[in-house]
Amino acid sequence: MNLSLELMLELSIIVPLMATLGIIATGHHPDLREGVTITTCLILIYLVVNLYQGISQGETISIFWWELLPGLTVSFDIEPLGMLFALVASFLWLVTTCYAIGYMRSHQEKNQTRFYSCFAIAIGAVMGLAFSANLFTLFIFYEVLTLSTYPLVTHAGTDKAKKGGRTYLGILLSTSIVFFLLAIISTWLIAGTLDFNPGGIFPEDVDKSIAGILLVLFIFGIGKAAIMPFHRWLPAAMVAPTPVSALLHAVAVVKAGVFTILKVCVFIFGLDLLSVLPTTQFLLYLAGASVLLASLVAMRQDNLKARLAYSTVSQLGYITIGALLATTSGVIGSSMHIAMHAFGKITLFFCAGAILVTLHKSKVSEMRGIGRQMPLTMFAFFIASLSIIGVPPTGGTWSKWFLMLGTIETEQWLLMVILMLSSLLNIAYLLPISFHAFFPELMANTAANKESNTYSKTAIYSKNKLAGYKIKEAPLPSLIAIVITTLGCLTLFIFPQALFELATAILNNRDNS
Amino acid sequence: MIAHLPILQVVIPLMAAPICLLLKRAQLVWLFSLIVSGLAFLISILLLQQVIASGVISYELGGWSPPWGIEYRIDELNAFLLLIISAISTIVLFAAQVSIEKEIPPNKHTLFYVLYLLSLTGMLGIVATGDAFNIFVFLEISSLSAYALIAMGKDRRALWASYQYLIMGTIGATFMLIGIGLMYQMTGTLNIEDLSQRLPEVAQTRTVFTAFVFIIVGVCLKLALFPLHLWLPNAYAYAPSIVTAFFAATATKVAIYLLIRFTFSVFGLSFSFTTIPLQSLFMALGLVGIVIASISAIYQNNVKHLFAYSSIAQIGYMIVGFSISSVTGLTATLLHLFNHALMKSAIFLALAAVMYRLGNVQLNNLHGLGRQMPLTMAAIVIGGLSLIGIPLTVGFVSKWYLVTALLEQGWWPVAVLILIGSLLAIIYVWRIVEVAYFKAPLANKVPVREAPISFLAPIWLLIIANIYFGIDTRFSVQVAQEAAQTLFGLTP
Repeated sequence: MNLSLELMLELSIIVPLMATLGIIATGHHPDLREGVTITTCLILIYLVVNLYQGISQGETISIFWWELLPGLTVSFDIEPLGMLFALVASFLWLVTTCYAIGYMRSHQEKNQTRFYSCFAIAIGAVMGLAFSANLFTLFIFYEVLTLSTYPLVTHAGTDKAKKGGRTYLGILLSTSIVFFLLAIISTWLIAGTLDFNPGGIFPEDVDKSIAGILLVLFIFGIGKAAIMPFHRWLPAAMVAPTPVSALLHAVAVVKAGVFTILKVCVFIFGLDLLSVLPTTQFLLYLAGASVLLASLVAMRQDNLKARLAYSTVSQLGYITIGALLATTSGVIGSSMHIAMHAFGKITLFFCAGAILVTLHKSKVSEMRGIGRQMPLTMFAFFIASLSIIGVPPTGGTWSKWFLMLGTIETEQWLLMVILMLSSLLNIAYLLPISFHAFFPELMANTAANKESNTYSKTAIYSKNKLAGYKIKEAPLPSLIAIVITTLGCLTLFIFPQALFELATAILNNRDNS
Repeated sequence: MIAHLPILQVVIPLMAAPICLLLKRAQLVWLFSLIVSGLAFLISILLLQQVIASGVISYELGGWSPPWGIEYRIDELNAFLLLIISAISTIVLFAAQVSIEKEIPPNKHTLFYVLYLLSLTGMLGIVATGDAFNIFVFLEISSLSAYALIAMGKDRRALWASYQYLIMGTIGATFMLIGIGLMYQMTGTLNIEDLSQRLPEVAQTRTVFTAFVFIIVGVCLKLALFPLHLWLPNAYAYAPSIVTAFFAATATKVAIYLLIRFTFSVFGLSFSFTTIPLQSLFMALGLVGIVIASISAIYQNNVKHLFAYSSIAQIGYMIVGFSISSVTGLTATLLHLFNHALMKSAIFLALAAVMYRLGNVQLNNLHGLGRQMPLTMAAIVIGGLSLIGIPLTVGFVSKWYLVTALLEQGWWPVAVLILIGSLLAIIYVWRIVEVAYFKAPLANKVPVREAPISFLAPIWLLIIANIYFGIDTRFSVQVAQEAAQTLFGLTP
C-alpha cells in the first residue's frame, strides 16, 4: 500500500472510529467481533509506525478538516510528543485487546459488544487528541474521550458502578467545563490563536498575573491528570472491568491528561514564560503534595486496584512536576515517564485482573502465597513494581532519573526530597505484594514473632491449604499480554534510545523555530 | 409572486386554518397542515436568501405606503426567526398525527390542526410585521390558540395550566397594548421604523418611560423570564406532547424576538441601555433564572416538568447574552435562539414518543427504557448533551459565544456562573440517563416497544441537525452575526 502520510494521519483517527460500526455489526459472533478489533489494532499500529518513520525522516505532516467557528479549526499535525503518546497508546491497545479477550470471556461479562465498541471510540479519541494541532481540537477529543469511557466505567450496571460513573463523569466534565473551557476561551481572547506553537503563543507583554491564573485554570481544568484535589474520579473508575482500568485508567485517559498538561506548558505557555509565572511554584508544590499524599493513601488501600489507582495519581504528579519545572530534563523526564509508567502500570493492572479471574481475589490481604499458583503473573508484578519504583533493570529508571535531574537543575530541593520519599513509599506499598505472594511463611513467621495470633493462624492455615494447590495461571491470551508488557518494561531499560530521541525532539523543535 | 412572499408567509397558514374545517377527515387535515407548514418553511428559506442577498425587504400591505399603511418588514433577524418557527413547526407536524391519536379524542383532531395553524400564523405574523399594533393582534391570535391547544391535554390539570397561562398571558398582552397605546399617543404612529425615528424627540417624557416599562414587563411575561415564569412549567407539562414540542422551541423565541425588536429597533440602544438600567437588571434576572430554574429542574419527577424548567434556565442564557449589549453578546443570544430550538424540539418530541408508548413521562416509570426504546432514549441523551454544551453539539457553539462575549467585557465572574449553570444541566440530564439505563424495568410492567417511525424520523432529523449545526456553524453563525450587526447599526 502506498498511502500518503497525510492520509495515514487521517486514517489513524478514522479507522478506530469506523471499527465501532464493524464491531456492532458483528456483535452476535464474538470471534468475528474480536477479529475486527484485532485487525483494527494491527492497522492502527501499521499506520502509527509509518507516521513515526515519516517524522523521523524530518517530514512535517499536517491536515485541516474544517473550520468550526471563525478562526477555530479542527486540524491535526504531528510533533514528537504526540507521536510518542500515539505509539504507546496504539501498541498497548493491541496488547490490552488480547488481554481483554481472555479476561472478558472467562469472567463471562455481559454487553461485550458495547465494551469493545466504546473502547474503539476511546482509542480514536486518543489518536485525535495526540495529533491535535490546536487546543480547540484537543478539547473536542478530550470531551469525546470522557463520554466514550463513561459506559466502560459503568459497564457492570450495578449501583456501585452507577455511583462510580457519577463521580467519574461529574469531576471530569465539571473541571473541563468550568476551568478548562474558561482557560481556553481566555487564551483565545488574549493570544488570538489556539495553535500549538513551540515556544508558546502568548504575546511578549502578556500580564504575568493573568497568565498565572490561566495556568492554574489549565492545571485544575485538565482533570484527567488527576492532580489533587481533583483526583477522586480515578479511584471511582476502578469499578470498571480490569482491561478498562488497565488501558484507560493507567494509559489512555490519564496519560491524555498529563499529555495535555505537557502540551499546554510547552506549546501554549512556552518554557520561558512558564518559568517566570507567579503561580508556577504554587502548582509545583500542589503537584508535589499530590505525589506524596496519593502514595500515603495508596499504602492504606487493601483493594489492589484501588492501591494501583492511587499509585497512578501519585505517578501522574511526577509528570506534572516535570512539565512545570520548565527545563529540558523536566520535559524529557515527563514525556519518557508517560511511556515508562504506561508499561509498568498496565502490567500491574493486568496482573490484578488475572488474579481476579483465576483466584477471585481482589484484596491485597488475601494474596499471600499466591505466587505458588501464579508464579508467572506474580513475577511480572514484581518486575512492573520495580519499573514504577524506578530501579534497574526496568524502564522507569530513566524517566525518574531525568525528573530528578530536573529538580536539581532548578534547585527545587523540597521537590527532590518529595520525589525520593515517594519512591520509598512506592517500595513500601508495591513490593510487599509480590514478596508475600512468594514467601508467605517468611511473613507468617515475622507475624508470629509479633504475637499477633489471629493473623499468624490464618497465615499458617493458608500455608497448609497452599500445599495442595497446583499452578493455575490466567487464561492464555491474558498471560501473553502480561508477558509482552513485562518484557516491554525490561526492554525500555536496555533500549531507551528511540524514546529518548523522541523526547528530546520535542524541545529541539522549539530551538529550531 | 416573489415580491409577495412576506405576506404569503403569514396569509397561507391563516387561510389554511378554516379550510381544515372543511376537510373534516383527520388524516387529510394532517396532510394538508403539513403541506401548509412546509410551504411556510419554503417561503421562509426564500425570504432569508433574499434578505442575505439584497438587504431589508419592505412590503406594503394593500399598496398603502408606510407609515400610513401597514408595512411588513423583513431583515436578517425576522427572516432567521421565520425560518426557525416554520422549520420546527413542519418537523414537529410529522409526528403529530400519531401522537395525538393517543392524547386527544378523535372528534377534536381537526380542531387541533386548526388551532395549530392559527398559532403558527400568529407567531409568523408577530415576526413578519413591521407594525406595533399588528404585533399585538398576532400576539393575541397565537396566544388564544395556544390556550386552547394546551387545554386539549388529556390530563385534567391541563385545564388549570391553560387557565394560568391565560391569565398571565392576557396580563402580558394587555400591558403591551397599553405600552403601544402610550407610544401612539406620543408619536402618532404605529410603524416600527417610524416610531424609532420619532421616539428620540420625546424620549425624556414620563409617558415614554411608562410605555417602555409596560412593554418590557409584558414581553417578559410572555418569555417567562424569571420571576415571571410561573405559568410555563405546567403549561408545557400538561399540554399535548406535540404542542409542547412546538411551543418549547418557538413560543418563547418569539417573545425574545419582541424584546430585541422593542429595545433595539423601537426605543433604540441608548434609550434602552443607558437611560434605563436594563442591563444590570436583566443580567441579574438572567443569572438568578439560570441558577434557580436549573436547580428546580433537578428536583422534578415529571420529565416534561424537568425540561420545562430547563427551558426557563436556557431563556436565562439568552437574556444574559442580550444584556451584555455587545455585538458578540447579541450574536450569542441569537445563536442560542436557533440552537435551543433544535435541542428542545428534539427532546420534547422524544418525550412525545415516550408518552405515546408509556402514557406518561414520570421519571420512575422510565426504568430500563434505555433498552426498550434505545433510539428514543439515545435522542434524549444527545439532546441532553447538547443542553450541557458538549463540543460537536450546537449547545457548545452558543456557550462558546456567550462566554467569549462575557470575557470580552471582562465579566469573568458571570462567565464562571454561566459555566456552573451547565454543570447543573449535567445533573438533571444524568438523572434521566441513570434511570433509563441503570434501573431494571419494573417487574409488573409490560415491556414497551421502540417508538414508530413517524416519531423516530423527525426526532432523529432534529438530533442530526443538533450535531450538524454543532460542526458546520457557517450558516447559523453568519446569520446571527449579520442580524446582530444590523441591530447595532453596523453594516456588515
